[in-house]
Formats: sequence, C-alpha cells, structure tokens
Amino acid sequence: MAEFFDQYLWTWLAYLLAALVHATLLINVVAVGALIFIWMERKVAGRIQDRLGPTRVGGKFGWLQTLADGIKLIAKEDLMPAGADPLLFRAAPYISFCASFCAYLALPFAFGWWALSVNTAVFFIVAVIGLEVFGVILGGYASGSKWSLFGAMREAAQVVSYEVPLGLCVVVPVLIAGTMDLVTIGEMQSGWFTNWYVLHDPFTFITFWVYFTCAVASVNRAPFDLAEAESELVAGFLTEYSGLRWSYFFMAEYSSMFVVSGLASILFCGGWNGPIPLTHMLGIADSSNPVVHYLANLLGCLNLLGKAVFGVTFMMWVRWTLPRLRIDQVMTTCLKYCTPIAAVMFVGATGWKYLQLPSLNGLVPRRPMGEVREYWLASDQGGSMKSAPAIPPATVRRRPVHMEVR
Amino acid sequence: MAPINWHTFYFLLFALTAGVFAVAVAVTSNVVRMAFYLVLCLSATAGLFFLAGADFVGAMQIMIYVGGTLVLLIFGVMLTAQGPFISMKTRSGEWVLGLLAGGSLLAILISAAVGVRAWRPVELEEHSPQARVTASRLGMGLLGARVDQLDQSDKTLRAGMSGYLFPFEIISVHLLVVLIGAAYLARPKKRMRPGEETQA
Repeated sequence: MAEFFDQYLWTWLAYLLAALVHATLLINVVAVGALIFIWMERKVAGRIQDRLGPTRVGGKFGWLQTLADGIKLIAKEDLMPAGADPLLFRAAPYISFCASFCAYLALPFAFGWWALSVNTAVFFIVAVIGLEVFGVILGGYASGSKWSLFGAMREAAQVVSYEVPLGLCVVVPVLIAGTMDLVTIGEMQSGWFTNWYVLHDPFTFITFWVYFTCAVASVNRAPFDLAEAESELVAGFLTEYSGLRWSYFFMAEYSSMFVVSGLASILFCGGWNGPIPLTHMLGIADSSNPVVHYLANLLGCLNLLGKAVFGVTFMMWVRWTLPRLRIDQVMTTCLKYCTPIAAVMFVGATGWKYLQLPSLNGLVPRRPMGEVREYWLASDQGGSMKSAPAIPPATVRRRPVHMEVR
Repeated sequence: MAPINWHTFYFLLFALTAGVFAVAVAVTSNVVRMAFYLVLCLSATAGLFFLAGADFVGAMQIMIYVGGTLVLLIFGVMLTAQGPFISMKTRSGEWVLGLLAGGSLLAILISAAVGVRAWRPVELEEHSPQARVTASRLGMGLLGARVDQLDQSDKTLRAGMSGYLFPFEIISVHLLVVLIGAAYLARPKKRMRPGEETQA
C-alpha cells in the first residue's frame, strides 16, 4: 500500500498514510467491538435478569444507546482529584488501552490476515495482556483515594496470581502443536471440529475450562471484578475517573475480553477453521483466484470472530449469573484450585501426547500433516536469513511440521 | 521509490525513548513515577529486540521485567507506603557511588563499541521478505539440541555445542535457592511461646 501512495505523494507521507490505514483497521476492531459489546452486555443482562435492557433510546432494539453513551462520555466534564498525581492519572488509561490494543497486533484473524506474524505470538499476547493491569494499578494509585488504592491492590494481587495458571493452560496447546505460532496452531486444527485441541484428550478439555476461568479473572470481569467492586469500594480503581478516560478503561476491558476469547478459540477451538471444513470441501481455501481466496478467508475470519464473540457472550452470561467472589475466595480459586488443576492437566496432556494415546482428533482423519500450511519454514531451511527467497506466505506448501533432529 | 531506512529510523526512535526515560528514572524522586518511566524505557528496549528480529527475547522482556517485576515493585510500594506519594531522597554520597558504578559500565561499553573494527551497515534489500527469525532454534537449543550446529564437522567442537540445557537448569536451581533463601530470611525471627503476647 505504501508503494501505491508513493506514486502520488512524498515517501514519508505515503508510509504514514499506509500505516494509518492499517492502524485504523485494527483500532476499529477494538472501538466498534466495544460499542457492540456494551450494547450486547445490556441486552444479555436484561434477558438474564428479566429486565428489558435498552429499548426506547433509538434504533431497533435500542442499538443507539451506546452511541448516546459515547456522546455523553465525550461531553462529560473531565475531573481530576486535587490529591492525584497528575501525570500518572492522565497516563494510566492510555497504558491500559495500548496494552490491550497491542495484543491485536499478533492475533491472526484468518490464514494470511494478521497485522504481524510473530513467531512466538502466543507468548507475545500473554505478555502484552499482562501489561493491562499496569494501567489499572497506576490509575488506582495515582488517584490519591483510598477506594482506588484498595481496588488497585486487589487487582495487582489477583492478576499476578492468575498469570500462573493462565500460563500453564496456554502451554498445553503449544505443547501439542509443537509451536508457539498462532497461525500454525490454528492451521493444525483444520478439518472437522473433532480436530480441535479442546477435544484432543480429556486433559485438554478440562484445560480449556481452566483457561477460560483464569482468562475471566485476568481481564477483571465479574465474578472476579474485585478491583471495581462497587458494593464495597464505590468503583474501585475507577472511582475518580470520569468521561473519556473512564471510557478508555472500558474499551481496554472489552478489547482484552475479545483478545482472550480469540486466543482461546485459536488455541483450543480451531481458530478460523469452522466446525465443518466447508472451504476445504469446496476446495476454495487455497484457491489461486484472489477473489475466491478472499471469500474463503472472509469465511474463516467470520468463524474466528463468531467464536470470539461467543466467548465474550459467555463471559457476560457468567457475569450476570454468578455473584461476586470475596477477595480470599478469589485467591483460593486461583492458588488452591486453578493452579494445581492446570499443573495436573499439563502433566496429563504431556503424557497423553508422549504415549500417543488415541485421541478424538483422530476420529475423522485429518488432512495429512504435510498439508498443514506453514509459512515460516521457508526462510528457516536456508540457514542464512538474508538469502531466503521471497515466497508469498499463502502459496507455500510445506513438509511435515515436526522438525527432525538428526 | 526513494528508500527510507526504516530500520534506522525505528532504531533511533526506540533508542531515544529508552535513553530519555532511563534518564528520567534516575532524575525523578517519586518511586511510582520512576516505575512508570521504567515501564516505558523497558518497553522501548523490547521494541529494540523486536526490531532486531528477536521476538522471543522482546516478549520475554515485556513479560518478566515489565509485567512481572515492575508490577511487584509497585505492589510493594503500595503495601509499604506511609504517605500518599513516596519520594526518595538521594544523598550526595549515593550520587557519587552511582555515577562511579554507572560511569565505569559506560566506559566499558563505549570502549567495546568503539573497538569494533567496522560496523556492518544495514543492508536494504529490494522486496525482501519480512525477516523471519524463528525462536525454534533457540527453543531446541534450550532443550539440548543445537539444530544450527548439526553441520559442524569437527567432532570435538560438536560435543561442546550440545545446547543450553545445562546452564538453563543451573539458573533454575539457582532461582530456587534464592526463593528458599528469601523465605528463610523473611521467617519470624523468634518463635512465639504460647503464653506470650504479640507486640503490635
């Protein structure tokens, strides 16, 4: 795209424009996503708790409610407590938002649709999501209010503890796939839904649920939203925030909900591969026709988005069903249940893979391993990186995934 | 298209960010602000790693230092803070010591950097594929197999390139020892007798 703009503009402006287009695309996933999720949260809450949710604000089913909210938040007076640390108070929402936005950089949406193909994408996403808590802690501390401080301290304790089982759960699919590359992990689960890692063996099935529990806790959603427990702490770390800054925190929350759900769907539920391999059956997945290829990718993208949205909806369902835990119960859940279960599941899944026990993944024969589209081996074979041939990612056919060590 | 050396551009950007905020860490006296600057500084360093194609090390940097150590640091500050915002007073003696230690490190680094015969300039390739550096070799190396050294013809040399499993394990055990030591140091110094009152 930069080349295209470069024909008409200065080079630096061309690059800037191209970068802006890409960034805008990604930011819109976050912003529009948050817009829809907030509306959805109201509707879901309304259904579950037997109330109506937005109806009359405007539009069908009250979808203009979030827009009205947005206008209100922009127009609202921006307050800062006199005792606050001005720099940190201002910076905290942006840290949270940037951290959860950065995770989208490495999240593939379909085969070939990613912003950055990081070789260790799983690790990158887990690391970056962990940064979101930093904004919350700084915001809570810098507010100069005891409620905020309490909320921040709870958040810090909670997130630091929940990173442990979360990391253990994430390692399981990585171990089965033998790579940390999200694209390869997703591609290795192509085929029927029986190929998904959640059905690989009983251990991965339980791992999935432990992962989801820890993910809910790490994105700070009810029943683990101790940091903003409004019944005890006014609004926790959000107490002193209002207006646009407050909404940045909320966008960060919703976008990281989406990221952890998307990560779950790629790691455990096949990612962009639907339950029925429609594109492979029709033979359009690897079509050389760009339009058909685009359509196949679009279908894959919709698959991934659908799964991720389902995950987010599931989180809403949990939120409006379960009561909030006490802080000691949150810690107990993490340290006495999630971590040991995750550790046992890790050992179990390792053993299952090592002993090559029968797995549901073998129920429907998957495509031969050599067919797994792997795009990175191309430059890895040559040894010298500089001499690697320029092969467009989507057209490369690969040999088996498992590297042979002579 | 006039080539813009984006590699150099981003290198300067990240390096400048890291440098400026490193100075800010040293200058400011508010501990939590210090941690905030340190976050930016370390993230910029992680950016440098990403720029060099070392995704794994970059992500590691973010995960361990920014996500782990600094969160714990702020957590510690919040737990132990007496007043609302702590500020650290640096005595002049500490300045001298710090300058001495930092200056000597800087001298070593500068002498090492100047001592390099010729810096290889960044080669710009037309239509080069995005530099694909994978962490697989590193991972295999940590497991004890240097896949990049399989072609080593010299038998004696190959024996020495059996991977990083041993140092990795030593570091792990070292960390375990540190953890146990910390727990030992932090234990209650005196056993409380049943009848004795706790001194608040």
